[in-house]
Amino acid sequence: MRQYDYRTPVVPTPFHSRTAAACRTNDWTRWAGYTTVNVYTEVELEYAAIRNRTSVFDLSPMVKYRIAGPDAPPYVNHLVTRNIDKLAPGRVAYVVWCNDDGKVLDDGTLFRFGENEFRLCAQDRHLPWLLDVAIGYNVEIEDVSADVAALALQGPTSCAVLKRFGLRGIETLKPFCIAEFPYRERTLTVSRTGFTGDLGYELWIDPARAEHLWDDLLKADPYHGITPVGSQALDLVRIEAGFIAPHIDFMPAEYAVRHTRGRSPFELGLGWQVDFDKGHFNGRRALLKEKRVGSRYQLIGLDVDGNKPARDSLIYYAKRRQVGHIMSAMWSPTCKRNIAIGILEAGRSSMWKDLWVDIYVKKELKWERIMARGQVVDRRFYKPARRTATPPPDY
Amino acid sequence: MSKAYDAIIIGGGHNGLVCAAYLARARKRTLVLEATDRVGGAAVTREIIPGFKVSACAHLLYLLHPKVLTDLRVQDHGFKLSARDMSTLALAEDGRHLVLATDSALTSASLSAHSAADAVALPAFQARIGRFARVIQRLLTETPPRLGTRNRSDQLALLKLAWSIRRLGRQDMREFLRIAGMNVADLLEEQFETDLLCGAYAFDAVLGTRLGPRSPNSTLTWFYRLAGGGKNGSNALAQPEGGMGALSDALAASAKSAGAEIRTGSSVTQIQVESDRVAGVVLNSGEEIKADLVVSNADPKRTFLSLLGTQYLDTGFVRRIRDIPMRGTAAKLHLALDGLPSFSGVDRAQLGGRLLIAPSIGYVERAFNHAKYGEYSEAPALEITIPSLHDSTLTPAGKHVLSAIVQYAPSDLKGGWDDMREPFADNVINTLARYAPDLKDKIIARELLTPLDLQREFGMAGGHWHHGELGLERFFMLRPVPGATQYATPLPGLYLCGAGCHPGGGVMGAAGMNAAREVLAGRAAA
Repeated sequence: MRQYDYRTPVVPTPFHSRTAAACRTNDWTRWAGYTTVNVYTEVELEYAAIRNRTSVFDLSPMVKYRIAGPDAPPYVNHLVTRNIDKLAPGRVAYVVWCNDDGKVLDDGTLFRFGENEFRLCAQDRHLPWLLDVAIGYNVEIEDVSADVAALALQGPTSCAVLKRFGLRGIETLKPFCIAEFPYRERTLTVSRTGFTGDLGYELWIDPARAEHLWDDLLKADPYHGITPVGSQALDLVRIEAGFIAPHIDFMPAEYAVRHTRGRSPFELGLGWQVDFDKGHFNGRRALLKEKRVGSRYQLIGLDVDGNKPARDSLIYYAKRRQVGHIMSAMWSPTCKRNIAIGILEAGRSSMWKDLWVDIYVKKELKWERIMARGQVVDRRFYKPARRTATPPPDY
Repeated sequence: MSKAYDAIIIGGGHNGLVCAAYLARARKRTLVLEATDRVGGAAVTREIIPGFKVSACAHLLYLLHPKVLTDLRVQDHGFKLSARDMSTLALAEDGRHLVLATDSALTSASLSAHSAADAVALPAFQARIGRFARVIQRLLTETPPRLGTRNRSDQLALLKLAWSIRRLGRQDMREFLRIAGMNVADLLEEQFETDLLCGAYAFDAVLGTRLGPRSPNSTLTWFYRLAGGGKNGSNALAQPEGGMGALSDALAASAKSAGAEIRTGSSVTQIQVESDRVAGVVLNSGEEIKADLVVSNADPKRTFLSLLGTQYLDTGFVRRIRDIPMRGTAAKLHLALDGLPSFSGVDRAQLGGRLLIAPSIGYVERAFNHAKYGEYSEAPALEITIPSLHDSTLTPAGKHVLSAIVQYAPSDLKGGWDDMREPFADNVINTLARYAPDLKDKIIARELLTPLDLQREFGMAGGHWHHGELGLERFFMLRPVPGATQYATPLPGLYLCGAGCHPGGGVMGAAGMNAAREVLAGRAAA
């Protein structure tokens, strides 16, 4: 099925035959022009699989750009706020990139395959911007989204499953590293990356062999088992991990109509991503100014009283003055806490002691308003040691 | 190591020289680096063949700012006019030419032979257009404001803009706002029925632009052209003695006497950056010259995309620079003549003025049609002068030079200019010969400079006079692009002073003067 054709505005992923067979709910959603599963069976079961065993998620719609050429390293450094000179070939980095005003356009993962070859993965398409950043650089940018199929294999037993699947030495793969393994006469690219905040891997393969990979994986380990999971379950675990999502936790600057809606890396708690010493990059001068005069907002993690998710709630100081709002919220079954990611007016940590959120709950058709106390906490609510342990614990 | 210069100016065009003179007068140690072997940029006098000299690009002065003249005492440095208040003659093939003189009685008499109604309507129209042109005139020496800031100077500049429109009075303000975005053809056709009159005004409006009379913005470009002042809604046209190069020489002399140093034959290949600040320039010889201030008289594309490099700029800004339309359409024809050609029905006094071949709006628009599709005009529109009539320094006695601005000759001609230059020159000469039958016999030598030739010789991308199209969307606080509208650029220490900035091109000097003021104030771009 062809992508980028008006007759096929939504296309199936290379795993579609398999995901469709596994999807009992027929609950689908659209992602970057692909049909993807929202919920296969029950979101709770899928969530539990990610946190307790091994889950498989069809990552193929992820937008992927190949960036290669003699100027690829300075080009990427111009694009993103991080210093990629520190990123060795064979490694992956989480990156954000900004517009001229220092407002985040998107975040994504940057794979460095070689000295001059990168792949940038993001949720949204960015080709016009990437091409325009290339003005003056000897570099080629190519959209390879449809050329690479991908599965995310995530959960505490994922390393054990991959071992049984036959990836010898997978336990030595460190977080944010890339390795290639022989698979069906060719190779399979595996990175220890993911969006779950748990132990996990992402498997990258050419679309022609996608269905084989799915079948072989699901047969590989009947003892541990693999559970397909949809977007909804993934959205829960990423909140627990404290990962922010575009269009949910921040408005990508090019989508923001109101000029105050853009958010800088500092305002999103990503100041550690900004390297002012590496030379010029998009947004540098604006970000330096922001550093000098102060940010407008501050992203926070909140631990909210009670067990009702504070979805879309406003945040109040002393129950009266509105000082922010919640973007993502859930009751975390693993943490046993009512967690939320929100944004506050910056620079008033004295307020933090007396923050409240108003939660609207519908109880048998009747709305009730709950004022619940919120406590500012580290927004990485859940970070198990196995996420970064090498080798990961065996099961 | 102490630096030998406070400021380096890239490009010794007239704006660069004006800027240098102002900086030097403010005791900045200033160095002008000019790539060619003489100063002036496009404002130079060239020799067609030995003994025959002519202004290489612009051949008439109508915008040169009086403040530049007085501040820099240009007359004290050898600048003289060989002709002033020149009248315009709109040529008709049948010999019933129309005189557009600074003397309104002359104009009126000539026009009433074509249309009594037009002759009645003209004075009021000219007066009104003159008032509108003065709105633009007041803006010429202003630094454009940035929008959306709370900065007091920005707000003041915006207020001044609003006030200059409001003070026109209720009726005029309404009319100004009604027509400012219109095309000039519609405006003229509302008022007049004489083709010659409409054609002449329409041609003035689009000279040097990639617009036809029916293109949006052509009323604004007309106001711009008239902003130099003059009487009765027509330009105060003048001609410098010795050609346009003499003005440049006088500006250079003024700058030198104030202490500026000028080096010709020094082409800048790179603007140096250290710690996100301008640090100096590199010449094609490899020589490095350090300075904390670099002011570029080169066009914005060349300045940012080639001399500085995109690696020091944010991509949104680079996009805006890349997207500046810079496709010139004006060519220049120079003829060395054995004697004075006789234009039918034109007396010798009239021949010393400005002659236009733009007999109707339709003629100019048809000429423009070709340019839209990458072709040159079959019947081009022309602005003709014979400068040697007023200036004996240009030619041997009894000989003459003819200088004509020719539209339209698109820089992006299909198939390129190399094989098309001479056929187009034939076209132009044939057009001229329809009005001056004996012209061809008097030609000793000819040369046609296409926009590409202008680009090659003077470095301006696309050979565009204004270093980027003029229009409402590229005017005042939008010129050249947001982020560099106040002569300062995103890179601290780097400024622009050329025609790409407000107020634009034409031999005016206002951009150089405004830029110098901003450099001295030390304001940074925001």
